[in-house]
Amino acid sequence: MTDRKIDETTGTETTGHSWDGIEELNNPLPRWWLWTLYVTIVWGIGYTIAYPAWPMISGATSGLLGYSTRAEVAEDIAAHEALNEGLVADLNSADLSALAPSDDLHRYAVSRGASIFRAQCSQCHGSGAAGAVGYPNLLDDDWLWGGDLASIEYTIEHGVRNEADFDARYSQMPAFGEILPADEITSVVEYVVSLSSPDHDSGLAEMGSTVFADNCATCHGDTALGDREVGAPNLADAIWLFGGDRAAITKTVENARFGVMPAWGLRLSDEDVRAVTIYVHSLGGGE
Amino acid sequence: MALLEKHAILEKSPTLLLTFSLLVVTVGGIIEIAPLFWLENTIEEVEGVRPYSPLELTGRDIYVREGCYVCHSQMIRPLRDEVERYGHYSLAAESMYDHPFQWGSKRTGPDLARVGGRYSDAWHVDHLIDPQSVVPESVMPKYEFLAETKIEPTYVTDLLNTHRMVGVPYTDEQLEQASADFTAQADPMSDFDGLLERYPGAAVSNFDGQPELTEMDALIAYLQVLGTMVDFSTFTPDPSR
Repeated sequence: MTDRKIDETTGTETTGHSWDGIEELNNPLPRWWLWTLYVTIVWGIGYTIAYPAWPMISGATSGLLGYSTRAEVAEDIAAHEALNEGLVADLNSADLSALAPSDDLHRYAVSRGASIFRAQCSQCHGSGAAGAVGYPNLLDDDWLWGGDLASIEYTIEHGVRNEADFDARYSQMPAFGEILPADEITSVVEYVVSLSSPDHDSGLAEMGSTVFADNCATCHGDTALGDREVGAPNLADAIWLFGGDRAAITKTVENARFGVMPAWGLRLSDEDVRAVTIYVHSLGGGE
Repeated sequence: MALLEKHAILEKSPTLLLTFSLLVVTVGGIIEIAPLFWLENTIEEVEGVRPYSPLELTGRDIYVREGCYVCHSQMIRPLRDEVERYGHYSLAAESMYDHPFQWGSKRTGPDLARVGGRYSDAWHVDHLIDPQSVVPESVMPKYEFLAETKIEPTYVTDLLNTHRMVGVPYTDEQLEQASADFTAQADPMSDFDGLLERYPGAAVSNFDGQPELTEMDALIAYLQVLGTMVDFSTFTPDPSR
């Protein structure tokens, strides 16, 4: 193999390898390439000294720079919080109802609340807060549990009918499918339709009004305007959470509904809850 | 240069070349992989992490079967924007009973590492049946067949046993009660005290809202436990890791 010789044409030494008589010139590597290789080797060694790298007995070497991913993210979060420290302290101590929309703090809370809303609330209530079937529209002035700042804050903090928070808003409509005969359900549905739609059978609705007075008025009120104390919706305003056609209302009466909202106080900081409160309140329906 | 000349011996014998290549790869493997088994920061002890309940584990199989991991990761990286959006960054110990883990590497949909408790069961049903009904901008496919596919606990004991073989510490009691726990978790009227003792913090609910036990129940039971096992109000991970 070590059959090196000088190639006649180029004057360069060969590698001494020969494949079927074909030989290879032993040209040196380009200088820039070789030096890049040496630099990366040196840099690689330096890197493992500066940063956590080598596995030892009980842990890896920590590196001279003392870098840690967890410390870095904690620092990053702390630095970011420090930027808004003053505003956050004001937001936590402010009387929310006294804030005017032109206040800097109000504007800050609305934009902070909006970004949290898009990340945490939009999946149910929609990115524009217009809700979906089963998930309330937050733009209108129809509120199940109250639309003033304190009520909204309580709802966000504790949620609705969840098991994680003992203070969650709670109420349960009975499943009337097991209580009332079918004809009474049909009539009471007709009565509920009649409250907001001219397109109804008044005779049947008249019968339904008695059923309503006996079974439903306790929570929904004699005039069916609802009761926010128990989260009973207003049935006369043509705004429907689970649909307003006869089939949907019948389903609601027969099986009842059980909308659940998580307790965001367990996941968000106080200032975040207050910011979302102001944001939701500012959407148009705030009282 | 004498040593380099000897290299010709390896180059001329395929068997020797293969043997020595294997030797080189083995050394690399030992240095890179072996320390993971004893380094403390890779086996951090974390309070609250428990093996999945039988129904959750069944749901996890459905998650894997449907390829949810293709679009959803389960790994919140230690970066400020991720922590703000998804919650506390993931710890390795939180997937210690995952075989295989579902960290994933692609986010067409959001990360699901802490999706547990974030939505109601009813939302999950609505969303799995027709994602666009609640999130109009979503590109997720519909999984309405899950609510129509009934499941039985026929093989659930074997499933737990398989996981025990690969190192999940299921007790004999958990194996014996697997079938009962499987059905109890989806029935709020059942006697689920034993289930909660064996699997603390498990959500007991009629997840899909229908009387039958379906794949929808199992998948939602799994989704509702994700990221909820460690209580970060009482547990603070070592910041130097």
